[in-house]
Amino acid sequence: MAKKRKPKLAVWKFSSCDGCQLSLLDCEDELLAVAGAVDIANFPEASRAVAKGPYDISLVEGSITTPHEAERIHQVRRQSKLLITIGACATAGGIQALKNFKDVKDFISAVYASPEYIETLAKSTPIADHVFVDFELRGCPINKYQLVEVLNAFLNGRKPNTPAYSVCMECKRRGNICVMVAHGTACLGPVVHAGCGAICPSYNRGCYGCFGPKETPNTSSLAEWWKQLGVSEEDIVRGFRGFNAYADAFRKESELHEV
Amino acid sequence: MKSNRSIKVDYLARVEGEGSLTVKMKGGEVTDVKFKIFEPPRFFEAFLRGRKFSEAPDITSRICGICPIAYQMSSVHAMESIFGVKLDGQLRELRRLFYCGEWIESHVLHVYMLHAPDFLGYQDAIQLAKDYPEVVQKALRLKKIGNDIVTLIGGREIHPINVKVGGFYKAPTKKELTSLLNNLEWAKDVALETVKFTATLPFPEFEQDYEFVSLRHPDEYPFNEGRLVSNKGLDIPVREYENHFVEEHVEHSNALHSVLKNRGNYFVGPLARFALNFDRLTPLCQQAAREAGLGESCYNPFKGIIIRSIETLYAIEEAIRIINKYEMPDSPSVPLEIKAGTGHGCTEAPRGILYHRYTLDEKGNILNAKIVPPTSQNQKTIENDLREYVKRNINLPNDKLTWQCEQTIRNYDPCISCATHFLKLNIVQDEFVE
Repeated sequence: MAKKRKPKLAVWKFSSCDGCQLSLLDCEDELLAVAGAVDIANFPEASRAVAKGPYDISLVEGSITTPHEAERIHQVRRQSKLLITIGACATAGGIQALKNFKDVKDFISAVYASPEYIETLAKSTPIADHVFVDFELRGCPINKYQLVEVLNAFLNGRKPNTPAYSVCMECKRRGNICVMVAHGTACLGPVVHAGCGAICPSYNRGCYGCFGPKETPNTSSLAEWWKQLGVSEEDIVRGFRGFNAYADAFRKESELHEV
Repeated sequence: MKSNRSIKVDYLARVEGEGSLTVKMKGGEVTDVKFKIFEPPRFFEAFLRGRKFSEAPDITSRICGICPIAYQMSSVHAMESIFGVKLDGQLRELRRLFYCGEWIESHVLHVYMLHAPDFLGYQDAIQLAKDYPEVVQKALRLKKIGNDIVTLIGGREIHPINVKVGGFYKAPTKKELTSLLNNLEWAKDVALETVKFTATLPFPEFEQDYEFVSLRHPDEYPFNEGRLVSNKGLDIPVREYENHFVEEHVEHSNALHSVLKNRGNYFVGPLARFALNFDRLTPLCQQAAREAGLGESCYNPFKGIIIRSIETLYAIEEAIRIINKYEMPDSPSVPLEIKAGTGHGCTEAPRGILYHRYTLDEKGNILNAKIVPPTSQNQKTIENDLREYVKRNINLPNDKLTWQCEQTIRNYDPCISCATHFLKLNIVQDEFVE
């Protein structure tokens, strides 16, 4: 019987910190199993070896911030059967999308001595703004167990189990006392996509939104609640402008509070 | 021999971030060496402006996925120096323990997954695992023990959430920490084996007269505190960093080259720390270093892999010491009195010193920030190594020389995405058009 070909996996990096692809190497208990299930065809952070495309699964980390990246993502898409984005940069533009709220020209000339040499796009944008994305895995960084789940699901032709409800659900499940109700700590949990396991409230601090907006987030209600806790408009803007600042729901809410 | 040769690596593998390498030779002479960083700038220093002091550890950790704790530690120390706060007792020890976790996971990642394959002729650790499954499995367990420390104290291994200016949001209990001890005892033996294993690797004969720069503390191997010293006479407090170090613009790279004023390039990281702090290592580490054939200093950058292994052993011993003496503090952080001012922080990331400077207004908002990561400090030294290495090995066939040039860069475990984030320089337009 002919041996079944292993699916080819590629990992691509755009503007990012490398943390999400590192999550794969941080799967110490699962790494060799993953490596056994796929043919790692392109993963420069881990290997010198590069196999030619097409690739069955491409994991894409990072946001699009330069004209070159805007071209390169199309090349990646063309070579990939399935394209999965990993992390807040790839799904929402990442922390570097904070520049999107300024006029990039003023921004550059305020900071750089020779602005004419700066080759950067006006905005840092998610991958889905440029090409069709088959699945988005959120988080800054992603949760490595979710990554294994997503790979496992696609390798087995099923839908990944990555729930779209809020961090509050995970928090309740962990048995935490609500930091906002009990301690008056501003927390983004009610509007943030689950996935981290509600780490921040478990460490006595409010969620700061690593996983971006959940489905149908009621951000205005949350902002109202924050105001009642005494949070200033300035801090509400900062709260929504973190690692997923350019995700639609967060961007709009932050703009409403800009003084 | 061909009179014109060039070595070109378009996309440097097994490093963090995006870089490339070009070496040009003519008639047996090296005419041009470029270690190019084409990772796009991410403007951290710019968008830190207007953020709150308390956000700095969360935001700057996003500069790097491999060494987020270094960013968090340099930023909180800089902020605390503005507020006149100095942590002591168990909170200080907890920060050291946290750093131990990062050193273990980062060093083991580099030693086994990014660097050892070079010496053994493998493309990556996964291919290595096919021939040496036990070695790689042990390495993964060792790395995980570092990550376990980071996860327990910080909440997760990448971009931990528990670091706060003034301490932590939550302190671990004694019981939680002692749960790590069994694994750490196992790790101590494996780290010793790692030192012995790395000492047997085939090292090229290659030494240069480096200026080593690291922190030095009166009685500890340096993590978070100390004076900045070098083997060529530098001895300054951290706040004087910018009087002695400057960053130069280079056209071919998206990262600045940092140099010592009037002296030029210098070397930060494990070799530098080791040479300047050998006497601060534990007796076991010193003995392991001697048995590995190292003196009290080492000038061969390829042997950085042995020193990373020794530092892994040190971090494990230090973690065990701290956990054994740990008592949960009454409060996870100390109170702060917010005020305006400028503060400096410098800590020892696994790859070397990481300098931060912030100026705050009276409300604690950041007016400006400067961040100088280890890789930008080593860049010029990396290029010098390449030039010298190629010069001495010009008769090697191209593929072999190419691989060894890549290895010369990987000796430094360069964190390329870190190196560009602070960027304030000329980016020449066509550098982006590959």
